[in-house]
Amino acid sequence: MYKSSQILPLVFLAATLAGCAAAPDGTLINDPYEVANRRVHGFNTGLDKSLLRPASEVTEALPDVLTDRVVEFADNLALPGMVVNGLLQGDLEGAISNTFRFFLNTTIGLGGLFDPADEAGLYEKTTDFGQTLAVWGVPEGAYVVLPFLGPSTERDTFGLIIDFAFDPLQFLIPPEAQDLQPYAFVGKKVISRGRFGSTVDSLLYESADPYAQARLLYLQNRRFDLGVPVDSSYMEGGADPYADPYGDFVDPYEDF
Amino acid sequence: MTTAIRRRSFLLLTAAASLPGSAWALSGTEARALVDLLVANINAVIASGKSEAEMIKDFEGIFDRYADVPIMARYALGADARSASSAQMKAFTEAFRTYISAKYGRRFREFIGGRIDVQGESAIPRGVQVETMANLRGQAPFRVDFHVSDASGKALFFNIIIEGIDMLLSERTEIGAMLDQRRGDLDRLIADLRAL
Repeated sequence: MYKSSQILPLVFLAATLAGCAAAPDGTLINDPYEVANRRVHGFNTGLDKSLLRPASEVTEALPDVLTDRVVEFADNLALPGMVVNGLLQGDLEGAISNTFRFFLNTTIGLGGLFDPADEAGLYEKTTDFGQTLAVWGVPEGAYVVLPFLGPSTERDTFGLIIDFAFDPLQFLIPPEAQDLQPYAFVGKKVISRGRFGSTVDSLLYESADPYAQARLLYLQNRRFDLGVPVDSSYMEGGADPYADPYGDFVDPYEDF
Repeated sequence: MTTAIRRRSFLLLTAAASLPGSAWALSGTEARALVDLLVANINAVIASGKSEAEMIKDFEGIFDRYADVPIMARYALGADARSASSAQMKAFTEAFRTYISAKYGRRFREFIGGRIDVQGESAIPRGVQVETMANLRGQAPFRVDFHVSDASGKALFFNIIIEGIDMLLSERTEIGAMLDQRRGDLDRLIADLRAL
């Protein structure tokens, strides 16, 4: 589907892009653009307050039977891209599983409106070009906050552009169905915001520093998805929760 | 210089040896038993059919019973714990207890209608990691790990990792930000945490 002559220059570009803010491995937070990022975070929060959150209250009031159709339709359209990325990563098992999922949901699932694959235990093996770049050894790069889309890294931002530009979906479904994709994408965003409403609210509006929380959550969760080993400080020989109180002279239990 | 280092290692060694139930004594089976108990308790509350408000109250109690709150409090406070007086530390720990069990007790609400299954355990530098899968309504199963230690004298969990997201790190960031907002005034932070 992709010619290597098309892909290679892009990979070099990605490497250059990610390389410009490379940090040593194991660095928890690499955020040289913090000032700009905080501004975009503020913009996104404003957008949430004025548009996304109110809209999500509407979708949350709708029955799940209805909103599930939008979410499942959107998820199904993302599968072909995940199949290609699985292959690019050498993850044959994931690619095959996602292929079966796509065929099952597109046929029996009526064009992806229903998710019989999930019920058969054939879950989505979520992946994207950002992960492909990670598998290929491209460094994570700096943390960035994208307008509308939220937390990302330099590597993931580049991956996002490639996934968007080279979506194999265009070869698989009629153009009329493709036109629905942006609506499905936005619809899913709104519905998900409603479903995880209280969790998102507590992050965005109850935290003392929502920007720092979102950054920490995104980076840790993304690395977990990419299979980067857990880097809890005490797992890597950094600050150890037990070193200070139990291993030193103060016993936190002495007063109890 | 050498003498100073020796004396320090000697002090650390004796301190470690005199601990109630050494930190390295916890077996995988014991850690797993704790998480089994914790999960059974959460599942029982979910199945109780109580109102959501009552469930959240129960979840708070469960969190408090099975978590090593003093360690979490100290870690969350980070370097500031070193300069705090023991009275401040005690007050902070109690305020943190209320704050953290309410916050995560509320989070357990997401488990209503779902199930948590213990999968296995592995050794980590400070105890045992018990791996579980959370099967929640309408979601693909996801990984939740409990880090368990018996350094307090009995097996308790001191951290929860949800899909890579480390609760202790999150809380250190949060408490640090709260302290910054109050220009490092720990007493004000304690008072405000109590009021939350």
